[in-house]
Amino acid sequence: MKYIDEFQDPDLARRLLDDIHSTVTRPWALMEVCGGQTHTIIRHGIDQLLPDQVELIHGPGCPVCVTPLEVIDKALEIASRPGVIFCSFGDMLRVPGTGRDLFQVRSAGGDVRVVYSPLDALRIAQQNPDREVVFFGIGFETTAPPNAMTVYQARKLGIPNFSLLVSHVRVPPAIEAIMQSPTCRVQGFLAAGHVCSVMGVGEYPELAERFRVPIVVTGFEPLDILEGVRRTVAQLERGEHTVDNAYPRAVRPEGNPAARAMLEDVFEVTDRAWRGIGVIPDSGWRLSPKYREYDAEHRFSVDGIQTREPAACRSGEVLQGLLKPHECEAFGTLCTPRTPLGATMVSSEGACAAYYLYRRLDLTPAPREATPVV
Amino acid sequence: MSETIGTTELRTPVLDPAAWTCPAPLRDQPRIVMGHGGGGALSAELVQHVFAPAFGGDVLAQLGDAAALSLGGVRMAFSTDSFVVRPLFFPGGSIGDLAVNGTVNDLAMSGARAAYLSCGFILEEGVEMETVARVAEAFGAAARTAGVEVATGDTKVVEAGHGDGIFINTAGIGLIPAGVDLRPQRVVPGDVVLVSGAIGVHGVAIMSVREGLEFGVEIESDCAALGGLVDAMLAVTPDLHVLRDPTRGGLAAALNEIAAASGTGVVIRERDVPVPPAVANACAVLGLDPMYVANEGKLVAFVPREHADAVLDAMRAHPLGTESRIIGEAVDAHPGMVVARTGLGGTRVVDLPIGEQLPRIC
Repeated sequence: MKYIDEFQDPDLARRLLDDIHSTVTRPWALMEVCGGQTHTIIRHGIDQLLPDQVELIHGPGCPVCVTPLEVIDKALEIASRPGVIFCSFGDMLRVPGTGRDLFQVRSAGGDVRVVYSPLDALRIAQQNPDREVVFFGIGFETTAPPNAMTVYQARKLGIPNFSLLVSHVRVPPAIEAIMQSPTCRVQGFLAAGHVCSVMGVGEYPELAERFRVPIVVTGFEPLDILEGVRRTVAQLERGEHTVDNAYPRAVRPEGNPAARAMLEDVFEVTDRAWRGIGVIPDSGWRLSPKYREYDAEHRFSVDGIQTREPAACRSGEVLQGLLKPHECEAFGTLCTPRTPLGATMVSSEGACAAYYLYRRLDLTPAPREATPVV
Repeated sequence: MSETIGTTELRTPVLDPAAWTCPAPLRDQPRIVMGHGGGGALSAELVQHVFAPAFGGDVLAQLGDAAALSLGGVRMAFSTDSFVVRPLFFPGGSIGDLAVNGTVNDLAMSGARAAYLSCGFILEEGVEMETVARVAEAFGAAARTAGVEVATGDTKVVEAGHGDGIFINTAGIGLIPAGVDLRPQRVVPGDVVLVSGAIGVHGVAIMSVREGLEFGVEIESDCAALGGLVDAMLAVTPDLHVLRDPTRGGLAAALNEIAAASGTGVVIRERDVPVPPAVANACAVLGLDPMYVANEGKLVAFVPREHADAVLDAMRAHPLGTESRIIGEAVDAHPGMVVARTGLGGTRVVDLPIGEQLPRIC
């Protein structure tokens, strides 16, 4: 199968695994940053095939999971208003806000639509000039450029009834926050390939040097993951800590200059709250002043929202790699994809969802406190 | 007590079920959501907790795709289904084909050849007469192909804005041959699991036209009536244990329903599950799993091991089963659960979907 089977070839996988097994001499803890990588790892059982000394820690790179509850509640509030068409990617519809989700807003009469591209939302705005059309702009550096492009186009085409509810976040500040944590035990990073395809690798050498941690740009198919692990482990065993691109078919060192220019034009860097983690300085984007009129938070008065996080949810620790999903007391009991306490259990890229969906056979909830290992 | 990460303060996690309120009350929902019609866990809950208790009855309690009845000493199958597909016409078929084949196939999964169909059209004010005529023609042609007679019907019109062009309900009856007893409770460890061909085709075909997505090659729905294929299988042995057409919820839902109802475990080998490249690529783009995508002309069979090869040969000899494959078996281990052996050698659970699959963000 062109472009898919090649990167799932069992013989090549076996060779990479043999290499990793023969290289490892002591325990290493690696973090895969992206939730898409987490799902590949769990779905294909890659963690079962790696040497016991190689532990994969699941990172905060699930855009749905880290969108703050307050922003989701704002989305629910805006989507409930008459005259609004609220557009979103599909996987945001089931994410719990305080007391409800977008599916329930829709079932109560809200006009909530799933789109496959933010430009679809812009087209809906053109077709419905008497309605306000809002697109839920969430995600990392991967989804930010097309969302920025939508706002750019709205301004260029003079479409006044379109706005963006922005909750975009950036990976490098998250890596920095993780490494600065006193409980951090990450020794190497598999960086998110799609993010680097936009941003390039220029932001990483300083981080690798400052925290003496190898950062290997890694793709999303099983062989990509194994190659990323192989290169990271090889560096660790040699005592090195450089930035290495193991995803050259998608990532150029300079990234995508056009996409970066679009980001710089439409957005500006700001502090952002991450659901379950808290505010990380300079970790997000908001619309720059010249595009402020397209900011849904400015257009709709949605201040004063009272959020209510379930106390039992430990998503934040899962997102920081402090806790494996099944080590949470609520995993599989109070918290399931049917009754998710947090977004990590409901998102298609969430670590808790991956463990619940694919790993229930060999996991039983193991109540215990997170054990920080520095 | 709290700890910090970088500049971030963490909440101290406290497990207090008394204070816990589910943030996404998918259970006990006050209103119907789309997932209640998705063929997954929400659909099952709606039937089990709302409809079945209200209606009662031993026959309904079987909860099969078709009810197996005994009337005047004759064993027959009786089934009904409603069709609300959008768009009305899609590559490889239309709502008319679906409305016939869906009910014919539900009957076929109990071993019965459909004999008579009913046909209820719910039309929306303003829909073009030509559209209705095209759907009716497709309906009639599909019935003739399936060898079933449309015996009775009904038409209703709803006001503009209260429908989606055309909705169709069909019901069908057919006779169950002597010696045939198809139900999940007959599945035993050691049974071999077969599928009659490529999966995920119908769902991706519908998505491609509904959402205006193009995947390089046009994907046509596999919509077809499976009565003839089932006849060919039963001709090898009437002792098939269970058949299921994996429509909404896909192969994963069908296997989970069988595992749950039979109390056996099911193991499938992921690389043996036939997924056409175009379907795999479309699913990869959208972040969907082909195992959860709907089919309309495929079946999954649990067959005693001693008959498996002969049944497979018979399936492959039929035009609708040329790509039939053995994909796994029923096992003693993990009762009620479906597990896949991954291509790389790991294992994973294949769960019942909750509602409908949602395309991911990136």
